[in-house]
Order: sequence, then structure tokens, then C-alpha cells
Amino acid sequence: MAFKKLLGSVACAATLALTMGPLTAGSAQAEGELFLYNWSNYFPPDLLKKFEADTGIKVTLDVYDSNETMLAKLQAGASGYDVVVPSDYMVKIMIDEGLAEKIDAGSMSNFANVMAPHNAQPFDPERSYSAPYMWGTTGFTYDSAKTGKLENSWKEVFEPRDALKGQIAMLNDEVEVYNAAAYYVGVSKCTEDSKDAQKILDVLEKQKPFVATYNSDGTIDRMAAGEVVAHMQWNGASHRTKEKLPSATYMYPKEGITFWADNFVVPSSAPNKENAKTFINWMMAPENAAMASNFTGYMNAIRGSGAFMDDSLKTDPAVVMPEEFADRLRPNLNCSPAARELRNKVWTRLKK
Amino acid sequence: MRVDVTNPLWRFRGIRATTWVFFAYLYLPILVLIALSFNENRLATIWSGFSTQWYGVVLDNDDIVRAAGNSLIVASVSTLAATLAATLAALGMAKGRFRGADGISGLIALPLVVPEIVTAVATLLFFILIGFKLGLLTVIVAHTVFCIPFAYLPIRARLEGMDKALGEAAADLYANDWQAFQRVTLPLLWPGILSGGMLAFIISLDDFVITYFVAGAGATTLPVYIFGMIRIGITPEVNAISSLMLIVSILFVTLSFLIGRMRR
Amino acid sequence: MTGSATSKRFLQIAPALAIIGFFMLAPLGLMAYVSILEKGLNGGVVWDLHTSEAYVNFIFERDLDDSLILNTDYLQIFARSFGLSLLTAALALAIGFPTALYMSMQPEGRRNLLIFLVTIPFWTNLLVRNYAWILLLRNGGLVENLLHWLGIAADQPLGLLYTPYAVSIGLTYSYLPFMVLPIYASLEKLDSRLIEAAFDLGADRRRALLRVILPLAAPGIAAGCVLVFVPALGAYVTPELLGGGKSMMIGNLIQSQFGAARNWPFGAALAFALLTIVLLAMMVYLIRFRRAPAGGH
Repeated sequence: MAFKKLLGSVACAATLALTMGPLTAGSAQAEGELFLYNWSNYFPPDLLKKFEADTGIKVTLDVYDSNETMLAKLQAGASGYDVVVPSDYMVKIMIDEGLAEKIDAGSMSNFANVMAPHNAQPFDPERSYSAPYMWGTTGFTYDSAKTGKLENSWKEVFEPRDALKGQIAMLNDEVEVYNAAAYYVGVSKCTEDSKDAQKILDVLEKQKPFVATYNSDGTIDRMAAGEVVAHMQWNGASHRTKEKLPSATYMYPKEGITFWADNFVVPSSAPNKENAKTFINWMMAPENAAMASNFTGYMNAIRGSGAFMDDSLKTDPAVVMPEEFADRLRPNLNCSPAARELRNKVWTRLKK
Repeated sequence: MRVDVTNPLWRFRGIRATTWVFFAYLYLPILVLIALSFNENRLATIWSGFSTQWYGVVLDNDDIVRAAGNSLIVASVSTLAATLAATLAALGMAKGRFRGADGISGLIALPLVVPEIVTAVATLLFFILIGFKLGLLTVIVAHTVFCIPFAYLPIRARLEGMDKALGEAAADLYANDWQAFQRVTLPLLWPGILSGGMLAFIISLDDFVITYFVAGAGATTLPVYIFGMIRIGITPEVNAISSLMLIVSILFVTLSFLIGRMRR
Repeated sequence: MTGSATSKRFLQIAPALAIIGFFMLAPLGLMAYVSILEKGLNGGVVWDLHTSEAYVNFIFERDLDDSLILNTDYLQIFARSFGLSLLTAALALAIGFPTALYMSMQPEGRRNLLIFLVTIPFWTNLLVRNYAWILLLRNGGLVENLLHWLGIAADQPLGLLYTPYAVSIGLTYSYLPFMVLPIYASLEKLDSRLIEAAFDLGADRRRALLRVILPLAAPGIAAGCVLVFVPALGAYVTPELLGGGKSMMIGNLIQSQFGAARNWPFGAALAFALLTIVLLAMMVYLIRFRRAPAGGH
């Protein structure tokens, strides 16, 4: 009879709804689980399998596209994630907001492998809350086969020569684009002076007609397919571009280049804190860190990982920065609310 | 094509051509997408031969299978909950007009009117305030809300199309309301319920914006996963998984359409 | 009606109302409340500090000396969203109206099939449909090749993707069925004898269209325009995927306030503004074209 069927399906729904509870909340506390929340395309699937085989802990991976997306999810309260991967300035914010669990990474067994300066970063001097993952720079890549050799300057991007007009892609990232423009015009990226911000906006608005797209995703394919000839890019992405397009060249502009470091942090609401610590310690083993570098194209901070890394990585100036550019590196900063407001205004006005 | 020459509207030229353009516009992208998913070439837009290998790659990907599993759980549970609530509401609303009926109709239709991004933001804030842990359950709750009007409308339409006299005759013959409902109303209403349920199911299966905002750990659904893939770049895998989603949706709408016409 | 029948009816309607009331109406109310709160230092909100800052910021900005000066950035983004949504509705009308007219004069069996064909794409994933347009519009894609082959455009990359045109095409594509179906519904009632009579009385095509068909189709056209305009105004996915991030629409602006800008109250205020506009548009439509409120059939 039809009604019995309906009653049956209601019962099914009720049972499902009841079992869902434990499935989403309860079992997370159970042994052997880890919820990793990472940037997209930033962790090798094989390495997850290796971790599962080594420790018996089952990992579930979700991905995000910006530090702020991750922050918003954590500010939403108990998000259920055990390990997240914030950049430098975001680690500081998480600590200040009480969102980071004190894990004493500095006293973990594998921490001795961590090289300076990553063992004591300004955002977490004792490494009480965080452990290093990858680090790199945000510069730009150009196809030297099409453009010839370019000058080592942001000028090539912000005031492009004719051959590059309409052939440039920028990251769709408020912070990175603003910072680069700030280096170029020579003002502080954390400026609270609206006149400085105006200078930055002027450069960006002047550049906008020559930009094909603002896009942080698919940068590798966009360069490899020849859609654009220059792309603001992270150095690891540049390395992976070069694998498909040998004439791709990464630039360290003389005005300055942002240097960032991503870290593992355990949210204070994490359901599986012990597993999270196991994972973080495991990731500081040279072989595992090397596997991650081989996949992402970025340098890790682990001593001895070089022995397990691909040669193409170790010889690429995009990944291993030539010594002479050391003074061009500028660390990421968490700017004041006033400075952030100015930055957001510039960005909104650019895209209005 | 057979033409009804007596219809005076034929004096308007060009509408048939526009209709052709219309359907080409509607279906060309879908067909191109499905065709390219069978392309053997790694470069997604250059045709080099027929192959089904990308479907194999997609079905082999654990993350995609897990995301698909999540999508199915979410869609099933929220469809059941929404359809049950919608059926009851439609029955309640069908018994003649009353004061406040318009307001209630408006409230049930509210999720259709409010822009998705607004719903997404509001729901996220709400879950934060009441301390509802973000996860699969929050996604299910959010989906149930916007599935209700999609389930409600076909059921309501079916009820309106039903012959009231039939129910009354049944009420005369049988001892009570319950039996009349069970033996007469429900079997007649069943196609409407199934049709509404299926629409709710695909709407839930396809939702992206709201899910993106309210999902927590381990609650990545297929559309959220696909969004990540699209942003990384155009690949044959995206073509294949997108085509699969298209085909599943089309299958369900067709079923819903056929069932909705049953015994009309 | 007896008391027990009333309470039974109430019990039947209650679950749906409770779900929508608690998980939709309450969140919208909360969002309105958040929009008058002080923003947290690093995102989030300060729950006990009230301010109208978010709404002031929408139109003004603070100068160095803290005086208010006019700031049209956000208004311009709203204006662009309006413009693009209007363009979308116009495009949808231009191609949707003749189609609805054509459908309405088909024999009944074929009508149902055509309606079904119109609705199918609506039920497929929005992301997937927009993604399909990336494939078509990108450099070297099908549309570009077609234009080259027809000799309409010069033999070079056209850069169709990542433009406002791409967004417009994508939006029109996304919401086209919403235009065709209501127009069809109103034309279906059209009595062909009426037009016959008009022609017999010596009306030419233009007059028959203006005097007979359009007045009859007007409610459908109005409904279609509202149904296309409203979701286009709140679009998030299409400008994100097809617009190339060069110019924002309201949806992206709202998202960015919960992202990099970390200004939740402002994001809530923008969402509330969008909601108000949408509800106003619906109300104007209902008052002008229909007596019964939404959902009343």
C-alpha cells in the first residue's frame, strides 16, 4: 500500500538523520581520523596515502582558496578541522583571536630538522602554535621566447611594453597585487596614508586596461597554453609552468618581492588534537617534506630533505633563490585595520 | 515540420528562426561539453580522437567519489525531509482559503525569491550564532529549507488538478478521513509527490553557493569540488565529471516530468 | 470550519513553516542585526556594539580629518549589477518572446515537449553550464572559430572570455527559461480568433502585435523580466567564472567582505540592501500585475 511505503521512507529519513549526527560530529572524536583543511592543489595525494599507511590515521582533505576563507570558517566556531595551513600573518591573527591550539611544535621530536629562520619566526617566535610547511615568493613569470629578456622590475608588469599589453594576467588577490604595486611605487604596503594608497591605485588603474584577467587559479595552464605571456605568480607555480613551457622565466623584481611562509596550525576547536600533532611531527621528517616539495614546487624548511627532492627543483632559480636577490625579499605583514581598510578601498575602486 | 496554417500568427516572420536560435543557444554548450568529455586529448579543447578514459579517471578519484557520496547523502535526506513537510503543507493549504493563506504561501515561496548569496550569508551567520557545528548536518538543514518550495509547487498543482468530488465521494463511502486520505487522496497525489521530490533532489544535488558557505569539515559536495577543479584549470576530468552531473540531472527531470504526467 | 479541522490544518502546515521560519526568516533577521554591529578587529563581529557605520560606508568615506565625503564606488558596483541584469533581461526577452510565441501556436502534444526542452537546462548544474561557456568563449574556442570562419572577425584571438559581454551571455543563458515560461503561459490563453479578427479589420502585423498580442502577453513579460532580473542581480558564480575578476557584481562584493576585507557587518549590510531591492522589485510587480501575493495561484 502506498501509505505504508511513505511511512517506510519517513522512518528511513528519521534513521538517516539520527545516524548523521554521529557521522558528522561523533565519529570525528573517534580514534584514527584527521580532518585536514588545506589550500587547493597544495598537498600530494600520495603523501596522504603514505601517512595513512604509516600511522593508521585516516585523513579527510577539504580545500580552501584564501587565508580569509579559512579564517571565516574557523571564526564560525567548531568547524571540525584538525589541521589548517595559514600563511605567516594569518598565524598571528589566529593566535591573537584564540583560534590556535598551543601544540609546542618546538619540542616535537622532528623539530630539530627545521632550518633557520623557520625555527623561530616573528609571528610565532617559540613555535608554540605552528610548524612550517612550504615557503616561497610572489613574483611574476614571463615567456622569454615571446618577449625576449625583460628588465628585473615590476615596471614590466605595471607599465608594460607594447608587446605585453593585453597579454598580462594578475593574481586575483587583493593583498598580493596591492603589495606588489606598493613596492613599485615605493610606499609601505601597510600605509595608513590615503595619499600613498592613491599612488598605488593610480598605478593599478593605469595598468588595468592591459590586464587580460585577474585570476589566481589555473595560472600554470594559462601560461602553458599561451593565453598570456606574463603572469603574476607564486614561485612554485612558476616552477610547474616551466615543466610545461621551458621558456618560462621567473623574475625577482628589484623593487621588492613578497616572501611568505605557510604553516601547520591546529585550531583550538579541533576534535582530534593528538592525531593532528602526530601529523605535524610526521610532516617534519625530511622524506615527507621532500615529497610535498616535489608536488607543490615550493621549498620546505626541513634539513636533509634535499636528498629526496627532484633535481629539476633544486636547480630552478624560481625555487632556490639566487643569493644576490636576498635583499629583495619582503616579509608578509599583518597590517593595521586602518591600512586594511585603505587596501580594500583601493581594490574595490579598481574593480568598481 | 507540420504547420498549422490557419493560425494567423504565422503572418509573423522570423519567429521560427528565432526559436531555432533559442534552442541552439540553450543546447549547444551542453552538447559541446559532453562531446569534449569523450576527447582523448589531454588538452581539453583540441579534438584528437574518441575515448572514455576520462570517465575512468574521474571514477577512480577517491576525492570525487567521496564528494559524490556527500552530495547523495545531503540530497536524499533533505529531499525526504522537504518533501514530507511540503506534502503536509500542501494538504493543509488545499482545504479552501482562509485568513493568512496568502502570507503562508508567500513564506513557503520565500527561498525562491531571496538571492542565493543572501541566503548563504544569513544562514552562515545564523549557524555561528546558535553554535551549530559546521558539517554535513548544516548543509542538510540549509538544503531542506530551499528544497521545500520546489517540492511544494508540483504537489500543490497536483492537488488543485484533482477532482474534489472524488475525495468527497470517498468520505461518504468510508468511515473516516484517514481512510479517505489513505485510499483515495494519497494514491492520486503520489505522482505529484514523486515529481516534487525529484525536483527537490536535483536542486539539492546541484546547489553550490549555499553549500560553499555553510559546509564544514568533511562536507565537500560534488559542486563544491567541481568549483575547485574549474578554478585550477580546464581539464578533461572536469569535462567528464560535469557531463556526468548533466546526465544525472537530465535523467531525473525526465523521470519527474513523466511521473508528473501519469494518470492525468 | 470546526476547531479540530482548523487545528489539524495548522499541524499540517506547521512543519514547513517552522523549518522556513527558523532557518530562513530568523537568519535574515539576524543578518539585518549584524549589519548594525561593530566589525571585529580580524573579521567577525562585536556582538554588543551598535553602529550605523556599515550603511554610512556604503555612500560616504571618511577623509583624513574624519569628515564624510561622497564615495561612489559601491554605488557604481550596484549600478553595474543593475545595468548587466537589465541587459540580461532585455536579451532574454528579445530571444524568449518570439520563442514563446512560436511555442504557443504549436499543437498541444508538441507544446508540452517544447516546454520540457526549455526547462531541462534550468535543472542542470549552474557551475557546469557556466563552465561550458568557458569552453565556448575562450581564445581558440568554438565561438571564436565560428566567427573567424564566417569572416565576421579578424583572424586573431578575440578575447571574448573575461569581459562583461561574457558575463551577460552567461547570465542570459542561466535564466532564459524564466523568461520563456511565463510569457508562454500568458500567450497560451491567446485566442487566435482575436488576431484573425484584428487582421480582418485591416490591422497590419505591427498593429496586431502592438494592440492585441502585447497587451495579452504583458503580464507574462513582466513576470519573466522580474524572474530574470532578480537572480541575475544576485549572481555570484557567473561573474566569478566568466568575468575574469575584472569587475565585480553585488554578489562578489558581498563575498569579498566575508573574505579578504574581513568586514562582516558591511557584507551583511550589502546583502540586506540586495534583499530589499529584490523584495521591492517583487512587490512592485505583484501590485502592478497581480492581485494575489507570491505563491498564490
